[in-house]
Amino acid sequence: MSTVVEQVWATLEHLTDPEIPVVTLRELGILRDVTETPDGVEVVITPTYTGCPAMGQIEDDVKASLSQAGIPARVVTRLAPAWTTDWMSDEAKEKLRAYGIAPPHTTRPDVSVVKFMRHRPAPDAVACPRCGSTHTVVSSQFGSTACKALYKCLDCQEPFDYFKPY
Amino acid sequence: MNAPVDYLLHLADNAVVLGQRNAEWCGHGPILEEDIAMGNVSLDYIGQARLLYQLAATRLGGDATEDKLAYFRDETQFRNYTLLELPHNGPLVGYAVSDRDYATTIVRNFLYGALMVLVWEALEKSPDADLAAIAAKSLKEARYHLHHAADWVVRFGDGTEESHKRAQAAVDHLFPYTEEFWTASAAEDAAVAAGAGVDMGSLRAAWDAIVNETLSEATLVRPQVRGYIPEGKHGRHSEHLGYLLGEMQGLARAHPGATW
Repeated sequence: MSTVVEQVWATLEHLTDPEIPVVTLRELGILRDVTETPDGVEVVITPTYTGCPAMGQIEDDVKASLSQAGIPARVVTRLAPAWTTDWMSDEAKEKLRAYGIAPPHTTRPDVSVVKFMRHRPAPDAVACPRCGSTHTVVSSQFGSTACKALYKCLDCQEPFDYFKPY
Repeated sequence: MNAPVDYLLHLADNAVVLGQRNAEWCGHGPILEEDIAMGNVSLDYIGQARLLYQLAATRLGGDATEDKLAYFRDETQFRNYTLLELPHNGPLVGYAVSDRDYATTIVRNFLYGALMVLVWEALEKSPDADLAAIAAKSLKEARYHLHHAADWVVRFGDGTEESHKRAQAAVDHLFPYTEEFWTASAAEDAAVAAGAGVDMGSLRAAWDAIVNETLSEATLVRPQVRGYIPEGKHGRHSEHLGYLLGEMQGLARAHPGATW
């Protein structure tokens, strides 16, 4: 007999990001925690970008899944610690790559604001998700969604999305 | 101690007003990539504004909501910097119709973006835990905004004769408005006194360094600024804010409480 917390995790395991349907909310690090409290089960989610329009959909999906499974639970949004792409598992990053989105590099919090501006350090090479070449160039720092930049591969000539470190 | 609500509203109003302004480019961007970029930057600003308005509404209690704060306050209640409400062109009267100038958009985003990475970096350490959480998220976004704007300042300034001329005109037009950053309002003083806010004067040297370095790379000249200091954050605005709010608030006021 599994605990209710385990049931919640199992129920929510199939939920994916509305805009990137190959990775689950758990793999993305959006689904943070499930706890049993005196007033019932509490599911904690954390927003990605502050203005990400998918967050409303994600909360609705979580609630709908739990209610369908007959598990009474509250969904709580928590801001801190702030979501980071560093929470993505290697497995999730590989799924992104296979889907055609270059996965994010590790964030570099040691790079201070001023250094971020001055003598901008060469960004980590972004490998083309199709041919693997690192001979790529950024076309725009903002792509089809806030979390992605638009790149172009100079070898296979294909444009592609890069999931930005956040 | 927690930051006073007026301080949260100052930060929220800044974000919502610039988000609304930049969103005017949606579908009208000079190139497709920039159209998309401006839409994304606006989304970030509106997202940050929502978090701040939600926090302010929670602390105000009663029937306060994020929507009431954004849509049902009038011009004189807004606490944003005057810089952020100006239209995307040089000096014009409020009702004038003119083509938008992307150099003005970019230079404003740069001057404000350079400030906000520093503000959020300081507020990330605020003992007001809710504000610190918002700052930690916003900082990640502000860095991308600054990076984007600074790149374009250099591209315009060190670009063609025409792009240089327009970028310099935008710098000359907008720079005097940045004087407002450094003169504290009562809300800012109260936030600093509570230990929860940031003393803006302490950021000035770092802001100067970012701005001077980028302007010099862009071959643009920083104008000497003296004279009138705008007072948008005290609620005394230019004529442009009313037009902006008219567009932003019209729907919510015509159909109060409507949902979809």
